[in-house]
Amino acid sequence: MLSTYAYPKYEYIQPPEQRSGETRRYPVVVVGAGPVGLAAAIELAQTGVPVVVLDDDDTVSVGSRGVCYAKRALEVLDRLGVGDDCVAKGVSWNVGRTFFREEEVYNFNLLPQPDFKRPGMINLQQYYLEEYEIKRARELPNLDLRFRNKVVSVAPDGSGATLQVETPDGIYSLETDWLIAADGARSAVRRMMNLEIDGKIFMDRFLIADVVMKADFPSERWFWFDPPFHPGQSVLLHRQADNVYRIDFQLGWQADPEEEKKPEKVIPRIKAMLGDDREFELEWVSVYTFQCRRMTEFRHGRVLFAGDAAHQVSPFGARGANSGLQDTDNLVWKLKLVLDGLAPQTLLDTYSQERVFAADENLMNSTRSTDFITPKSKTSLTFRNAVLSLARDHAFARALVNSGRLSVAAYLTDSRLNTADSAPFAGNMVPGAAMDDAPVREGARDGWLLDCVGTRFVALVYVSDPAGLDAATVQCLKELGQGGIPIEVLLVSPVGGLAHRGLRVLEDCAGRIAERYDCAPGTVYLIRPDQHVAARWRAFELESVKQALARATCNTH
Amino acid sequence: MTLNLNPNFSEPGKRYFQTFSPGDDFYEALIETHRDLTDEQSNLVNAKLVLLLSNHIGDIAVLREALQLARHGV
Repeated sequence: MLSTYAYPKYEYIQPPEQRSGETRRYPVVVVGAGPVGLAAAIELAQTGVPVVVLDDDDTVSVGSRGVCYAKRALEVLDRLGVGDDCVAKGVSWNVGRTFFREEEVYNFNLLPQPDFKRPGMINLQQYYLEEYEIKRARELPNLDLRFRNKVVSVAPDGSGATLQVETPDGIYSLETDWLIAADGARSAVRRMMNLEIDGKIFMDRFLIADVVMKADFPSERWFWFDPPFHPGQSVLLHRQADNVYRIDFQLGWQADPEEEKKPEKVIPRIKAMLGDDREFELEWVSVYTFQCRRMTEFRHGRVLFAGDAAHQVSPFGARGANSGLQDTDNLVWKLKLVLDGLAPQTLLDTYSQERVFAADENLMNSTRSTDFITPKSKTSLTFRNAVLSLARDHAFARALVNSGRLSVAAYLTDSRLNTADSAPFAGNMVPGAAMDDAPVREGARDGWLLDCVGTRFVALVYVSDPAGLDAATVQCLKELGQGGIPIEVLLVSPVGGLAHRGLRVLEDCAGRIAERYDCAPGTVYLIRPDQHVAARWRAFELESVKQALARATCNTH
Repeated sequence: MTLNLNPNFSEPGKRYFQTFSPGDDFYEALIETHRDLTDEQSNLVNAKLVLLLSNHIGDIAVLREALQLARHGV
């Protein structure tokens, strides 16, 4: 098999506990150096929290695995400092073709939405994402990344947890105030704590192959239902970095995984799909089954579960790694406030509540896709095929074709951290929404709205002209920056201008903020550190903003 | 009235952030209706469903158009 990627081997270093023989206590330990655990650790370290990451392996994910990173995940990765690497290496596709039996029933072109920094999604092998995150993690002096450190026991107590960790030098103990379990679908932490994860296993198997094409092949997503080269099943093809194509073949439950993985079995399948004349080489092959399930709660005292350890979905719609990154997006600022004594521990219950809500939405969407792609009864298959038959000619049927609904951020509309609207607003930027991006100009510098917010609370205050603000209002706005949990005020204006009496000014240079946030002069948005809308008003009122901040941090009494 | 062939699903009082959601809501309800039925039972359910919806639509010209499109290519 070919190899377009050289797997790094990260050096094992004897932990300080084993060098010194002393047990140490840390504020936060993360188990698992996959995309999710690393994201949590990087964001914690960047906000000043020392963190230890334990991983039983010493390299990155083998094979492409999670290949599709959607806009919201890229925005989170931007905050971690790895967004540019991922987007530079990843590939985008816009054209998707859907085939039913012999013919193409329709195609679509997902033209990128204008005036967003990041595209709707990129395709990138998971090992690249992990490599970039590890590179970033190692730049952070307060992030201690320990390879070949396998957690062999977890003893949680009211004030944290004690872990036993096995390394090539033996077993040592460490203590932590908080534990983040991001150790994947077969989470050892979850198992050692005897916690359930409920849901259903789908009685189906999929073969995934990474294939290197020798000649040009379009950057498109092709999805086949019941193709002649693989009757009765589905097949998906799309492009990743390095001219590697990912092919997913549905095999059915009866297939023998070991047999199906053999090159002499895989190659003829791919040849039948591509036509015999295209040259390719196999790079990696795997067979997988999947489950749709989640834990009842993602917080268990001082242990917080994130990513696949907490919830697993079918791969259709790319909701695994994408939702895991959003878990850490939601978790880290809350944990930071609790660690700093600025919010009660109940704030961490809202991590569980908000991410359970999102997980249920992901489970619902990915289960619907699975049911459409792999119908489980004759009637279900008949309806599916009827939709596909009508799709060529009729728009309503095309809208029902479900070969995966791309991961988008959940709108956390039911969150208790939201303050309900007191005035009407158009558009989607409701309390609980992840923010839409927009181009901005600050002074002479062009940038993006999302790069100006995050990690701290921000009040976006829309004004027709920053120079027209009276001194009393400026004084009130500045007061927001002086509380226990400071709120930074960003003036947003269609005319821009220089920083005004110590307040930053963002020019809404393309008018997208006014449009996407339905802003009029006086409109105020309170933004959480994870770039979600907490509250909004038509006019600024200091007391209302303070109350909304208290609500968004569980500081109401 | 002519037969509407554009996406047309919605539910009163429900807000959608994604265009695919109302159609997916319907499709799930449709498949769920057939859960655990035999093929014969499902056929009967489908027949009843066509009759119920046809009466609701009422306009026989529209129904003839739908009948013809449904038969097309079969």
